Amino acid sequence: METLLSGISILLQWQVIVALLIGSIGGVIIGALPGVGAAVAIAILLPATFAFEPIVGLTLLLGIYGSSMYGGAIPAILINTPGTAVNALTTYDGYPMTKRGQGHRALSLAYSASFFGGVFAIICLMVLSPVLALVAPHFGSREIFLAALLGIILVVLAHRGQIFAAGMLAAFGIFLNSVGLEPVKYTRRFTFDQSWLASGIDLIVVVLGLFAISQAFLLLLEKNHAPGDTHVSGNIFAGLKELLGVKRVATVSSSIGVFMGMVPGTGEFTSQFLSYTYAQKTSKNPEKFGDGSPEGLVASEAANNAVPGAAMIPLLALGIPGEALTAMMLSVFYVHNVIPGPQLFENQMDFVLALYMALILLNVIVLVFLLFSTNLLLKIIQIPTRFLGVMILILAFVGVYSLRNSITDCAIAAGFGVFGLILKRLDLPIVPIILGMVLGGIMETKLRSAMARVKTPLDFIDRPIAAILFGLIVLILILHCRTLYFEFKNKLRPEPTMQPVDSDNPNQQG
Amino acid sequence: MIAKTLQDMFKRYRRPGDVVFAVLFLAFAVFLLSQLGDQTKVVKRTKWFAQPGLWPTIAIWCMVVFGFLHWLSSALSDRISGRWTEVGFWVRSFEYVAYFLIYVLVVPQLGYLPSTMLFAVFLTLRVGFRGANAIGIAAFFGFVVTIVFRGFLQVKIPAGAVYEYLPDSVRAFALTYL
Repeated sequence: METLLSGISILLQWQVIVALLIGSIGGVIIGALPGVGAAVAIAILLPATFAFEPIVGLTLLLGIYGSSMYGGAIPAILINTPGTAVNALTTYDGYPMTKRGQGHRALSLAYSASFFGGVFAIICLMVLSPVLALVAPHFGSREIFLAALLGIILVVLAHRGQIFAAGMLAAFGIFLNSVGLEPVKYTRRFTFDQSWLASGIDLIVVVLGLFAISQAFLLLLEKNHAPGDTHVSGNIFAGLKELLGVKRVATVSSSIGVFMGMVPGTGEFTSQFLSYTYAQKTSKNPEKFGDGSPEGLVASEAANNAVPGAAMIPLLALGIPGEALTAMMLSVFYVHNVIPGPQLFENQMDFVLALYMALILLNVIVLVFLLFSTNLLLKIIQIPTRFLGVMILILAFVGVYSLRNSITDCAIAAGFGVFGLILKRLDLPIVPIILGMVLGGIMETKLRSAMARVKTPLDFIDRPIAAILFGLIVLILILHCRTLYFEFKNKLRPEPTMQPVDSDNPNQQG
Repeated sequence: MIAKTLQDMFKRYRRPGDVVFAVLFLAFAVFLLSQLGDQTKVVKRTKWFAQPGLWPTIAIWCMVVFGFLHWLSSALSDRISGRWTEVGFWVRSFEYVAYFLIYVLVVPQLGYLPSTMLFAVFLTLRVGFRGANAIGIAAFFGFVVTIVFRGFLQVKIPAGAVYEYLPDSVRAFALTYL
């Protein structure tokens, strides 16, 4: 009880409330702007939050993270353009509803489902907390090493169709993390006798380059585009009630979102895919999916909004981020010397509770804001994409330069901007680089400390959690090889009566 | 229909320029591999897991192996037209890299507020917005960014050298907030 009250008092600080308001409303606007997205906004704001208290900085970033997907549903439903990449599936059923004159109904359902998914995930997070607090202290160096290794493997395997690319980019991230002065033996690694490389390559600089500057370059160079003028009318509150009619889909989709959010490297896309498939297979009207099915819309929105809350679980409990946005948030913890992991639950439970409550509050703020200001948002999002590019480039400068006033940092970030632009143009994943950098650092430190007490290789997995994690790694690799084998076998088998799904796309890499 | 569109969402299709990137990345990985001996040191009386070269070695070998497989899959696929047009697009981004770096160099001299407003207006003109409204909005955006980040959030951006020449009455204010 005392911890809860302490958590409430942390949350009631005016700076936290302001951060919550700015983060949640700002996140909705950012999410609604096609071509920006939460990753760009968080990358830009990250250095500025280092000056704040950790709870203030994290609340601001979490606000943006948690609310951007709400905003992303608006252009997805009304103009068939997803605000963020994870709202792509929302267009399938949202836009057909708009074409039938049910835009208000689709928006209302999307908001309700998002709210349900968001709050469901936070409740799961709160319920799991005591379990986490119990289990987390059993995670020593070898368990954290194995969990980070599992994370890297999952990140690579989750990129189906581009596993080779994901593997080489994750390895590139691990390499980037190793550049500079090695922290234990103080020898130089890949510095090429350049003093500016001796201190290593800063994660924030890479993040800003890959996410923000690359996006600015892309928007500046590509054809200009501005979302058309649109307006929504009708009862936007009706979806709150309608959601009760599809509560099974909402609950299962949110559960899938929570589970996928906890597993590193999978995230919103996989959870959406599984939820949508589940909803379609169990629906009485599966033929309506893709043509304005409320169930499809709810499945997509509930699943993707459940992910942010769940993604905090491995971050808070083990200090292991599952995707790029939580990797960025990890740096906020580190800057303030708050180390997420087992000790956080033992020593700063009030801080953790304040974070949970902030997450719930942000969902309430966003829902209320959206129910009353959707038409206002529709005016805001009509910014031409090239002008958005100008805005992002100017804001990215603040992010990079304010770190340590280094022109070299800006040049490195611009270099990664070009690299990120190429990756985006080629539809190659950026996230493995960031996770490679973060998890590579964790693996290096933890392997060194774990091996000091290991005499034989079997000692490494002689503790229950280490053995489970090792078993999971082996199982996942075996299952993946098995899937590849069957896919290969199926490809060899001729099916003359069936049209291949991808016959008109011979260049697909499956 | 849906099965197909869902597959579309979750599978990747090769794009023009894929093989160029694959070759460049593989060449970079092989170059790093060739430098492994020079750029890392083997420390005596230190076990393998604590050797400074362990993680760069793992990372670079993975880059080479996965990079080779990625190149192979690109090279064995059908050629897509527009490869060099795509490479041209990548090269065009260097124009904006140059503008960005000029802006970075100008800020400590001219000051954050004037540089940002000028940069915003310049970029707006460069990308094709010529109307007075667009220019005004760009300048206003530059102004707001400066006030929010330097004036309000007090982020670490040095004051402009030219601010020293301002009259006493405004110099201190400019040095602190603009």
